[in-house]
Amino acid sequence: MEMTAPFLITLGPLLYYWPRHTVQAFYREVAASAVDVVYLGETVCLRRHVMRPADWLDIAAELTAAGKQVVLSTPTLVESGAAIQLTHKLAAQDDWLVEAGDLGAIRARGGRPFVAGPHLNAYHGDTLRWLASLGACRFVAPLELNRHELAALLAEAPPDLPCEVMVWGRMPLAFSARCFTARHFNLSKDDCAFRCIEHPDGLAMRTQEDGEFLTLNGVQTQSGAALDLLDQAQALAQLGVAALRVSPQSQGTLPAIAALAAARAGQASPSVTPPAGIGRCNGYWWGESGNAWREC
Amino acid sequence: MELIAPAGNLAALKAAVLAGADAVYLGLKNATNARNFAGLNFTEADIAQGVAFARQHGRQVLFAINTFAQPGRAQEWRAAVDAACRLGADALILADPGVLAYARQRYPQQRLHLSVQGSATHADAIELMREQFGIQRVVLPRVLTVTDIARLIEKTTVEVEVFGFGSLCVMAEGRCLLSSFATGDSPNNRGVCSPAHAVRWQPRDGQMEARLNGLLIDRYAPDEPAGYPTLCKGRFMVEGRRDHALEEPTSLNALSLLPRLAAIGVRAIKIEGRQRSPAYVAQVVATLRAALDAAQAAPARYQPQPDWQHTLARHAEGSQTTQGAFDRPWK
Repeated sequence: MEMTAPFLITLGPLLYYWPRHTVQAFYREVAASAVDVVYLGETVCLRRHVMRPADWLDIAAELTAAGKQVVLSTPTLVESGAAIQLTHKLAAQDDWLVEAGDLGAIRARGGRPFVAGPHLNAYHGDTLRWLASLGACRFVAPLELNRHELAALLAEAPPDLPCEVMVWGRMPLAFSARCFTARHFNLSKDDCAFRCIEHPDGLAMRTQEDGEFLTLNGVQTQSGAALDLLDQAQALAQLGVAALRVSPQSQGTLPAIAALAAARAGQASPSVTPPAGIGRCNGYWWGESGNAWREC
Repeated sequence: MELIAPAGNLAALKAAVLAGADAVYLGLKNATNARNFAGLNFTEADIAQGVAFARQHGRQVLFAINTFAQPGRAQEWRAAVDAACRLGADALILADPGVLAYARQRYPQQRLHLSVQGSATHADAIELMREQFGIQRVVLPRVLTVTDIARLIEKTTVEVEVFGFGSLCVMAEGRCLLSSFATGDSPNNRGVCSPAHAVRWQPRDGQMEARLNGLLIDRYAPDEPAGYPTLCKGRFMVEGRRDHALEEPTSLNALSLLPRLAAIGVRAIKIEGRQRSPAYVAQVVATLRAALDAAQAAPARYQPQPDWQHTLARHAEGSQTTQGAFDRPWK
């Protein structure tokens, strides 16, 4: 048998607005899974409120007790005073590691360790060295890199700055001041009725000929199809990627974690079905448009 | 407030200077800037001429090197920084921290601006880039209200530049991968959005279809005006309803906000459109120049003139304008 390379299995922050009991039940399952690192917190929209800060900390404690490393993620698009305050609060604590969602979180962290999040645009070695000088202890690679670019990036990365790559789930592609879910329902952003809670995997935005395209998730726009690089887990690890990220969906998340655990153990990993009606994509990895799917 | 004008070529640069821009911004002919379009941008010989022309008229030239250096290719971005400094740039507009680090270290005296692509939306982010790289100005992403901007200006010593007119990104700049998701090429990695090489126009069943790398972005009846298929401005289906689900084809127009922007301490107003014609540049710059002069002379009595609005409306995408995030009608 071929030698298998080790890697950490991580679970990115929940990008959707789920009911509180759903979130709590989800993370109980996560605690019992093979995942190594769990990112927690609301990174998309601070109007979402069913999970109070204390609820997240309870989950953090449960996951820690189950042997998981917990990382608290800061908001990605910081414009309001509330997002600035939350960023400061998360950055100031030392109980858990922090994932910096934007440049301001790095400053607020004040030199203490952080994970450089996927939207910080760490495309080359000089940027990675800069992030490391400020305290980065891991970085999430930009989503749009192909496998050759990723290899080139790893060759330039400082040796003490491990790389994490997202491998499963709908990809977060864009952020706006505007809420597209509220827009669809003809609601204003500040009076949105929290309609995103009705869409556990976001709201599909398809082409006029019913082609899968994008997903509306409040102020965030995601891929329509779910990224699936589970079958590339060993290839990624052998390139030198240290951690593989699964992004939570309403279904398939635990199977995706299990598939990565199987791949890590050198076993054949079963294919994982995304939630009903959602296709798969892996185009970025193969150097094509991100929405493409190549069977391999 | 300074007026900053786009220049996609030498003719546009001259038009901007003659119409009253305080500074023009431009890019080299490669992927190091966010308007990397065929037939656009400057050779070094053009730039030398353009810089000389601007200098004769007492104006500045800013160099946009505002894409992200791709893995294994940072040398191309460093070379662009070297070229800009050699050619006499008054400031470099940069987005990539690694490129900023190079520019600051190699050219300690060079004035640096943080590009809108740098995604600094609040004071902590801006101050980090000042402390780290000595940026002297930030171009703000088009996601902030005037109130947000006023609050931010109080918390930083970095000069603030905002967009005043032009095509509107509804997504936070520097963090939008929609174009590479659809085509492989994005502002971050290739300096393009919804690139022309991926666009196909196809008549079908009496309608005109606009496709981007095969994806149907919009379809127009014979009597409908058809715009360039920028993917966030197409019509799509959400729960069975056809709509501009992300954004309508609209341009930003902050003409009526100029006195407020000046009053809160905004230092410069930027016009979008390095891909637009010298005629666009001349007319839009002349209009904004007249408006800025009027706003400065008598801010309390300032009112946008109908002919200014008329001129800007002619150059607006989809002939519609909005104040965008500045006042958030959708908030």
